[in-house]
Amino acid sequence: MSRGLAEAFADARSEGRAALIGYLPAGFPDPEQCVELVVDMVAAGVDIVEVGLPYSDPLMDGPDIQAAVDQALRAGTTTETVLDTVGALTDAGATAVVMSYWNPIERYGVERFADRLADAGGHGVITPDLTPEEAGPWIAATTRRGLDRVFLVAPSSTDERIRTVVAASSGFVYAASTMGVTGARAAVSSAAPALVARTKALTGLPVAVGLGVSSGEQAREVAAYADGVIVGSAFVRLILQASDRAAARDAVRRLAADLAAGVRGNRACG
Amino acid sequence: MAATTHTPAKHDEDLPGHYGPYGGRFVPEALTSALDELDAAFRAAIVDPAFAAELAELERTYTGRPSPLTPAARFGELCGGARVYLKREDLNHTGSHKINNVLGQALLTRRMGKSRVIAETGAGQHGVAAATAAALLGLECTVYMGEEDTRRQALNVARMRLLGAEVIPVTVGSRTLKDAINEAMRDWVTTVDRTHYLLGTVTGPAPFPELVRHFHSVIGREAREQMLADAGRLPDAVAACVGGGSNAIGIFSGFLDDPSVRLHGYEAGGEGIETGRHASRFSTGAPGVLHGARTYVMQDEWGQTVPSHSISAGLDYPGVGPEHAWLHDTGRVAYEPVNDAEAMDAFAALCRTEGIIPAIESAHALAGAIRLGRELGPAGLILVSLSGRGDKDVETAARWFGIDLSTSPDGTDPR
Repeated sequence: MSRGLAEAFADARSEGRAALIGYLPAGFPDPEQCVELVVDMVAAGVDIVEVGLPYSDPLMDGPDIQAAVDQALRAGTTTETVLDTVGALTDAGATAVVMSYWNPIERYGVERFADRLADAGGHGVITPDLTPEEAGPWIAATTRRGLDRVFLVAPSSTDERIRTVVAASSGFVYAASTMGVTGARAAVSSAAPALVARTKALTGLPVAVGLGVSSGEQAREVAAYADGVIVGSAFVRLILQASDRAAARDAVRRLAADLAAGVRGNRACG
Repeated sequence: MAATTHTPAKHDEDLPGHYGPYGGRFVPEALTSALDELDAAFRAAIVDPAFAAELAELERTYTGRPSPLTPAARFGELCGGARVYLKREDLNHTGSHKINNVLGQALLTRRMGKSRVIAETGAGQHGVAAATAAALLGLECTVYMGEEDTRRQALNVARMRLLGAEVIPVTVGSRTLKDAINEAMRDWVTTVDRTHYLLGTVTGPAPFPELVRHFHSVIGREAREQMLADAGRLPDAVAACVGGGSNAIGIFSGFLDDPSVRLHGYEAGGEGIETGRHASRFSTGAPGVLHGARTYVMQDEWGQTVPSHSISAGLDYPGVGPEHAWLHDTGRVAYEPVNDAEAMDAFAALCRTEGIIPAIESAHALAGAIRLGRELGPAGLILVSLSGRGDKDVETAARWFGIDLSTSPDGTDPR
């Protein structure tokens, strides 16, 4: 059993830094390479890994992640692939969570998914299109299996909404830094610091910032006010652009190291 | 289930925006505040007499409402001799029922102080209607349309552009309506402070299904009065095609509380249920979540959306409005597939018996009327929602029936 989310955040905090969370969709670029690349990320300093469940209608994702999940689905990735990936990453010592749109979980069966994920060693699930109002059975199933539930807050969320979301959340709260979809951006939204401050005023849970972080410099900036930094599209884009397997590994390791330095408040090394 | 035991589709008082287990809101948190704002604006507008008066005036002077009820005696002969009436939404400005909803939502957009609307479109009818309402009210308009559909419906793309709308072909996923909705949602989440998503059917997160139904309920209200006045009684059955299901909800809403009236929704059976190439959610779909609502969804065992198929772009959608899901489960409405071929036979029949070229979507309802009439016989009284006209489908129909669209050099028909 790998360390849990609370422990991962506490360890980062004890080192006086933010936690680094890295994302890849399961089955991308194929199931085996996905595990290999995520293990590389962890070795380079990623604290928590987020395994995406590829879905046919990813309406919160930008072009990079759309392309990656499309590729994974065409290659036959299923919910079982995701659970197997979590199992392999847990065996490698990583702290893994799943990120999934709601329909595949509902289709698999809420109780069955919670059971299988917990058995595979997963620690929780990020659900970008599930709001607490619709989450009754999910809250019951995750509570029963001790899984963390990560819901999202956004710059448009009122304080009342944030209260509702954090009350249903555990592990950490995902702060969507910007009004928009996933994708690497030149600058992290100026809305993020205010959102994190408003959220932290209403919960003791760690608050991690996602959407648009793609470099060590941006990670350093976000780490100054948030408990965690989430990076997805930037990894995906490097892999999409890589000429071969070795080039993908090299690019992913370098970005992970750059980001790891960033969350430690350091300039990129090397 | 006997029609007399029907349960009207009422919202669960504890769960606004739900129809039994269906509906709800499954959206990124970033959209929650916009949906709350829309919900508040909608509820304030529908109790504001000034809003109702402005909409009614537009319906009268711009849309051309009330739309006529046409007796279709010659077509009725093909329906077992039953008396058939057509609710002529095809005669509305822009050629379909879609204008009812867009005018209402465009007025709401202005009321919310937003300057831009976005819309998804399949056949192009909703896109044209949205572009029309935007031009009328001076709103900026962007329409997302699957690349596949822009080819099938090139004429409507041109119409939207003439009306000043920007049309963005969607090249991701299956490149049809479902992907156009995904792209519209992505636009909306990014621009929500100044943009209203003018959703074109009774799907999507709450309050859209209720709001779109509200603006189309005029169809059923008028039709009920017209049937009583012209036919002397309520119909035995009402037939409507069901893609997302907005024209169907509109006309059904006038009769839901009349237990003697059977309600029939016709989905696209495409090339046949057995071929897998269809859009029959109630035959092969299962409850799931798509585009913000829980409803019947064509999906595989892993919850991945399965591409739909229909000769009619407007019915080519793997989900369906959540209220339809509830009306299906309660048995109040019977849903059946109509294959491409059967719909096209009904299309040809209406052309030649009544001099009306229907939209291929509406032809599915006409095929349903033929089935119903053969069952009910000469004593039967059937109301059909003729939701749109077939101008946009002339090329598709010509190809289907083998009519040569080319002309000889001197301009005469080469035959």
